Amino acid sequence: MLTEYAFWFLSFVAVFSGIAVIISKNPVYSVLYLIMTFFSIAGHYFLMNAQFLAAVHIIVYAGAIMVLFLYVIMMLNLNNIEVEKRSNALRLAAVVAAGLLLTILSGAAQKADQITLAEKTTAPSGLVENLGIALYKNYLLPFELASVLFLSAMVGAVYLSKKNLNETQA
Amino acid sequence: MTDSMLIYKIILCVIVFAVSLGAAAYMTWGERKLAAWLQDRVGPNRAGPLGLLQPIADGIKMIFKEEMIPTHSNRWLFILGPCFFMLCACMTGVVIPWGAGWEAGGTIFPMQVTDINIGLLYLLGVVSIGVYGVMIGGWASNNKYSLLGALRASSQMISYEVAMGLALIALVMMTGTLSLKEIVAQQDQGLSYVVYQPLGFIIFIICAFAETNRAPFDLPECESELVGGYHTEYSSMKLGFFLFAEYINMFISSAIMASLYFGGYNFPFQHELGLDGNLLTAVQTAVFFGKIFIFIFVFMWVRWTLPRFRYDQLMNLGWKVLLPLAIANIIITGFVMLFMGKLG
Repeated sequence: MLTEYAFWFLSFVAVFSGIAVIISKNPVYSVLYLIMTFFSIAGHYFLMNAQFLAAVHIIVYAGAIMVLFLYVIMMLNLNNIEVEKRSNALRLAAVVAAGLLLTILSGAAQKADQITLAEKTTAPSGLVENLGIALYKNYLLPFELASVLFLSAMVGAVYLSKKNLNETQA
Repeated sequence: MTDSMLIYKIILCVIVFAVSLGAAAYMTWGERKLAAWLQDRVGPNRAGPLGLLQPIADGIKMIFKEEMIPTHSNRWLFILGPCFFMLCACMTGVVIPWGAGWEAGGTIFPMQVTDINIGLLYLLGVVSIGVYGVMIGGWASNNKYSLLGALRASSQMISYEVAMGLALIALVMMTGTLSLKEIVAQQDQGLSYVVYQPLGFIIFIICAFAETNRAPFDLPECESELVGGYHTEYSSMKLGFFLFAEYINMFISSAIMASLYFGGYNFPFQHELGLDGNLLTAVQTAVFFGKIFIFIFVFMWVRWTLPRFRYDQLMNLGWKVLLPLAIANIIITGFVMLFMGKLG
């Protein structure tokens, strides 16, 4: 019962803050609402008994990536972005695209089943030990490939920043 | 979970909260007394015997001071900043095992609010979101010194979080669990983990100093350069929250260091004393608090002994010294475990 209330509360917060990310004028507000969205999604992971995923979600997204976002926005001091004038063709395209999306969504909503809450799972699949065993036994190759990909991205970022440094010094 | 257990947990939650706040309040007194002692002064001695009522007087003063919100600041975020910082500081206490647990009517009541199996990750998560309070507060003040202080604080916290996390990974490799209760229980028999992880502990304590913004890493509030850092524009209890949360963070990180590396509530020959369960738990909790206060003493001792780092020195230390050392520590730990045949 409590989990059901928690589910509805978290869903409300997630949807509300997700919409607020888009409609806020001030980019700092957008970032803060996005952090709120991440928290409510992490709450959903907890409800699904995926504690590790929830913790990592908070640490990586809310704790690291969004801090850097906020950092950049504060440094650039983007208080209010001025909305540039849009041409009529662009507006027309936006209306058509939104109309198409509405058609698809209403079609999907008609076909969709009544929303049912997932059974409260007590399966230990989300716990650290099981996740570790799965990653290192069954999915070792994809896991290692993803790690190498991250490493190459890191090396690339360092290289790019170093390159600019040399140019400015020369 | 039974009803009695639920009520017990709620009470324990309130006790942990109250103890953190009380300890933080008296740490301000302790800090001033210790500073006075190190500098050959008397320190606070007017309010009550030995100045013991000084924290209460300070608290009352903080609450009744005039509260000012700068005109061009962002009002809601300005209020949210210190509140969030305080919230994060208070959130970490719930996963720390304060004692082994006491028995009443055949049920064992653990001295830990919750034993989630990702305890260490929870701690890292709360530490990593704690930076928002400082950033939001500093930005919303609409003051360049506040903003610079906030940027310094956040970059410092992010940088040292990395080395801290890597230092903990070496520990987790040895313990094989992320639950703080398990890690403390493993140190019941045998040596504390500081014996096996001396390098990890040194990295962790340096990072803890940086994360709590304590000297010699208190650059975010470096008054000679930045007026007051991220809390320049704050007054009244909102300023109090920022200062107070720093002491709570110090208390909690001392508790974490004591439980991860120094055996938590365990002490040598505890089972040879012949004490029965509940009495032993009481002694253990007292020992744990003793360990915490030793660490708090170290925090204060360092503050009144060492001068502040320069900002580039701080960043070099974090990224070029501590991070490679932490990675080396992980590799060494892995090799030693491999050769000792401790791998499962």
